Amino acid sequence: MSLAYYPGCTLKTKARNLEEPAVASMEALGFKLDEVPRWNCCGAVYSLADDDLIHQVAPVRNLVRVKKAGETKLVTLCAFCLNTLKRANLLMKQDVDKRNTINSFIDEGLDYSGEVEVVHLLEVLRDDVGWDVISHMVKLPLRELRVAPYYGCTLLRPREVAIDSAEDPTILRDFLKALGARPIDFPESTRCCGSYEVISNPDDIPEYTRAILDSALNHGAEALVLTCPLCDYNLARGQKELVKKNSGFRRMPLIYFTQLLALALGLGPQVCHFELNHGSPESLLREKNLLSAVENVRPIGG
Amino acid sequence: MTKKIPVTVSSKRLRREFVKKVKELSGQNLQLCYQCGMCTGNCPTAANMDVSPRRIIELARLGLEEDIASSRTVWICASCLACVVNCPRGFDLSKVMEAIRLLTLRKNIDHVKPEDIPPQDRCELPQIAMVSGLTKFTG
Repeated sequence: MSLAYYPGCTLKTKARNLEEPAVASMEALGFKLDEVPRWNCCGAVYSLADDDLIHQVAPVRNLVRVKKAGETKLVTLCAFCLNTLKRANLLMKQDVDKRNTINSFIDEGLDYSGEVEVVHLLEVLRDDVGWDVISHMVKLPLRELRVAPYYGCTLLRPREVAIDSAEDPTILRDFLKALGARPIDFPESTRCCGSYEVISNPDDIPEYTRAILDSALNHGAEALVLTCPLCDYNLARGQKELVKKNSGFRRMPLIYFTQLLALALGLGPQVCHFELNHGSPESLLREKNLLSAVENVRPIGG
Repeated sequence: MTKKIPVTVSSKRLRREFVKKVKELSGQNLQLCYQCGMCTGNCPTAANMDVSPRRIIELARLGLEEDIASSRTVWICASCLACVVNCPRGFDLSKVMEAIRLLTLRKNIDHVKPEDIPPQDRCELPQIAMVSGLTKFTG
């Protein structure tokens, strides 16, 4: 089965270690992620000003192209892209005046009014594949792995575009359970890592990340599971500074959920591109014997 | 830490145009806030702000433009929306923060100059950091 897919800029460069294991895993599960033709940068953040329509053009243009391709659902993987595209989509659905202005500006020969459903890959895994099927497809259960799911901000806020409950999300916990891992809940799993503030106040980042990392560690986690490339960067950068300042600070390995999926499906470390990870999870994974490939992974029904 | 700054309220200091602009850009009814402080309590960056998020709303509706302009608070806010999902009044403070930032940026005063970002950071930062940060901090 083929799904329209929007990768975004970061996944094609700095975060190929988020994308490539996802594409390979979905193929193993019987789904092909088909890139939207001529996709462009979504703008990364949703504009919050009422009079600022020009920043809605980039995300809406992508959605128009999905509609033009005859698709009704768009799968995203980058947490920033999901948020921006989904909020822009909601605006096109709900605000008639702004919709008309944006449509007449874009002028792609077809009007758009929010017909495409924007989803995150985790939602596809939950709703279209199903935890039971994933669990059944696991070749290398992550049995000994105590991992804390970290959601960050953009998958859950605002409520109108959240992929799960904004207060008590379980989607990553359920995902990790399906892979055989032991998810560790911790109260800071939705706390902001500092986001783009890293370009204006980089010295504040270690403080923000400390609250998250300390909490996960104190609840017994061996690694943090991530969904967002900026969280990966900030948490690793924060840790580096904290280690420099405090010799007692323990580093927490950081790993993308898609890398764990690929490993559990037996696709091996080569699709995971661990060399791009900022939070070096390899030694932990090696210690748990999770870096070996398993033969004979077949698509469902294949 | 958030400082306690004495605030003088008088018709001389009130900037009605500022209040009007903030309302227009944010689309928010500033009178909705009843100052419970859930926004500040849930803000992960409040400890680094000199004026708390709750106080920003109060200063904005009193039209105290100078007090807001001299604080670093709106530039610390990362639009994580923890305040929004926790507000019992359904008030969207992230939109007010954005409106106040834009009132500066639209005077062609950038908060961040791309050339001031260290070259190593420019190489290493994920694109989403550069695109989102420069969208929020430049006009």
